[in-house]
Amino acid sequence: MTAATLTEQDAPGVAEHRVGVLTFFDDTMLVFRRQMKLSLRNPAWVIIGLIQPILYLAFFGPLLATIAKGGLLGVSRTDPYSFFVPGLLIQLGLFGAAFVGFTIIADWRAGVIERFRVTPVSRMALLAGRVLRDVVTLTVQAGVLVLAGLAFGLRAPVAGVLIGMCFVAVVAVSLASVSYAVGLLLKSEDALAPLLNMVMVPLMLLSGIMLPMTLGPQWLRDVAKVTPFGYIINAMREVFAGHYATTVVLEGVAVSVGLAAVCLWLASRAFVRENA
Amino acid sequence: MRRRGWDSRRYPVIIEAQGLARTFISRKRTVEAVRGVDLAVKQGEIVGFLGPNGAGKTTTLRMLTTLLRPTAGTAVVAGCDLLSDPVGVRRRIGYVPQAIGATAGGTDPNCLVGEELAIQGRAYRLSAGQAAERAALLVDQLELTGLETRLCKTLSGGQRRRLEIALGLIHSPAVVFLDEPTTGLDPQSRSNLWEHIRGLRERLGSTVFLTTHYLEEADALCDRVLVIDNGKIIAEGVPEELKRQISGDVVTLTVSGDPVTAKRILGGRPGVRETTADGRAIRMTVEHGEEALPGMLRALDAAGISMESIQLARPTLDDVFLTLTGRSLRDDSPAGHQQAPAGDAAGDDVTEGGKR
Repeated sequence: MTAATLTEQDAPGVAEHRVGVLTFFDDTMLVFRRQMKLSLRNPAWVIIGLIQPILYLAFFGPLLATIAKGGLLGVSRTDPYSFFVPGLLIQLGLFGAAFVGFTIIADWRAGVIERFRVTPVSRMALLAGRVLRDVVTLTVQAGVLVLAGLAFGLRAPVAGVLIGMCFVAVVAVSLASVSYAVGLLLKSEDALAPLLNMVMVPLMLLSGIMLPMTLGPQWLRDVAKVTPFGYIINAMREVFAGHYATTVVLEGVAVSVGLAAVCLWLASRAFVRENA
Repeated sequence: MRRRGWDSRRYPVIIEAQGLARTFISRKRTVEAVRGVDLAVKQGEIVGFLGPNGAGKTTTLRMLTTLLRPTAGTAVVAGCDLLSDPVGVRRRIGYVPQAIGATAGGTDPNCLVGEELAIQGRAYRLSAGQAAERAALLVDQLELTGLETRLCKTLSGGQRRRLEIALGLIHSPAVVFLDEPTTGLDPQSRSNLWEHIRGLRERLGSTVFLTTHYLEEADALCDRVLVIDNGKIIAEGVPEELKRQISGDVVTLTVSGDPVTAKRILGGRPGVRETTADGRAIRMTVEHGEEALPGMLRALDAAGISMESIQLARPTLDDVFLTLTGRSLRDDSPAGHQQAPAGDAAGDDVTEGGKR
C-alpha cells in the first residue's frame, strides 16, 4: 500500500449539492418508496386491515339501518349509511394507523433504524416517509370501503366523500406518527399492545363511531367533548350529508389539523433525538 | 499472512476523542458506561477496541458514530466535529452495527440484497448509477455474487454479515466502524471476514475501527489495540508490544539435575520476573524470552545442569487482560461479574446500547 492510494480516499465520493427542504423531500420519498415496496411485497396486512371495516359494514350496517328507520339515531336522515360509513372510515384510520408502531419495533430490532440514523438521511424523513406510506395505504383502503358502502346503499356527494377521505388522511398522520414515536421509545411489542388498547378503545367508544353520542346521558357527552375524534366524525358526517360551510365542519378541520400538528411535532422529537 | 507494514508516522490523525463520557440513568441508578475516553486513530490504521461485554466498547462506538450524544467530552471524526457537525461525520463514516443482541445488523429480512445496496447508496447521496457501480464492486469483493435477488432473510449468517459490511462501505467512507464484526459466526466465516477487513485497507485505504471481545481477532487483525474495561482505556499498543510489556514470555525448562540450584541460577538472571519450580520443571516469566534463552542455557550448562526439554510460550492478549484487571476476558459468566470490583456499574447489560 502506498501513500497515494490513501490520499485518493481523502475526499469521500459523496456529492453534496442540495440542502434543506429539497433534501428532506428527497429523503422522505426515499424512505416512502422503500416502505411502500415492503408493504406491497407482503400485502396481507393491508387486506386484513380492510376486512374489519367491511365486516362491520356487512354485519352491523343492516342492524343500524333498522334502528335508523325507528328514528333512534336522533338524526333526520333517510340514508343511515351516510351516518355509518364516516364512522367506519374513522375506525379504519384509527386502528389502521395506531398499530403501525409495531412495524417500527421490528425495524429497530433488525437494526434498520440505527443503520439509517448513521447515514446523512434526515432523521425526520425516517418518520415522514413511513407516515406517508401509511397515509397512502389508508386512503386506498378508505376508497375501497366507500365503494363497498355504495354497494350497500350509501348515497353521498362526491365532494363530501373526498373531503371525508382528507379527514381520514389527517387522522392517519396523527395516529401513525404517535404510534411510531411510542413504538420507538418503548421498543417492546409487549408494552405497546396493552398501551394501544388502553388508549384506543375509549377513544373509539367516545367518538360516536357506532351510535351518535347525542343518545347518551349528559356526563357521557361531556367526557366525549374532551376527546378529539368526536369532532372529526361529526364533521365527516356533515360533509357526507353535503353541508360544507358549517361550524361543525370548521371545528372538525381545526381539531384534526391541530391534532396532526401536535402529534407530528412530538413524534419528530423522538426521531431526531440523539439517543434513541 | 499478517500485514503489519503500516507506518503510522506518515499519516494524519483521523479520529481524535477527548474525555468522551456517557452516563445512563437506569432504574434510578446512575451508570457511568464510559468515563473519559481519549483516543487518536491515524488514517489507514486498523484499531481494535478490546474489552469484555459491558466494558463500554459499544457505547463509545455509538458516540463516535453520532448515535449517542456524549454527556461529556468531544471528538473529531474524519475532520468533522461530533457535536457541531454530526451530519458531516455521518457522510464520511461507514458503520456496521453489532448483529447479536437486542438489535441485529441493519438489513431488513424482507428486502432484496440488491435493494438494500441500492437504497444505501441513495441514502449517501450517490446517484443511481454511482450506487449501482459501487454495489457491483462490493458484491464482487465481498463474495455476494448471485445473491442480489435473494431476500435478506434467506442469507446465511456469514453472507448476511458480509452484506452488512458492504452496506457500510457503499460510499467509500474514510473511516469504517465495525461493532463486533464476527460475533456469532462460525470459525470459517470468521477468518474469511478477517481477510475482507484486511482487504479494506489494502484495497481502499480505509481506516478501520472495530470492537471485539475476541483476542484472536484483535491479534490477527489490528495494528493497534485499545483495551477498555469499566468505561476506561487501561492499556494501548501494538498487540505484540502489549503482550511483551505487560506479560512477558513464559519459559518452561525441565532439568535432569538439581531443580533448586537451577531455579536459583535462573532466577538471578536479568529479565526474569517470576520463577516457580514444579518437580523438575521450572516455569519463568521472562522479558524477551527468545533472546534470554541462550544465556540461560549457557548458565545452566556452566553449572553442570543438563536439560530434558525447553518450552517458550508467547503470552496471549488474554494474559495481558488478566494482568491488567485480574479478570479473564473470556469470562462472560455471572461469576466473572462477581469478581469485578464493587461499584462496577459497567458490568450491567443496560450500559451497552441504552435500553434493553
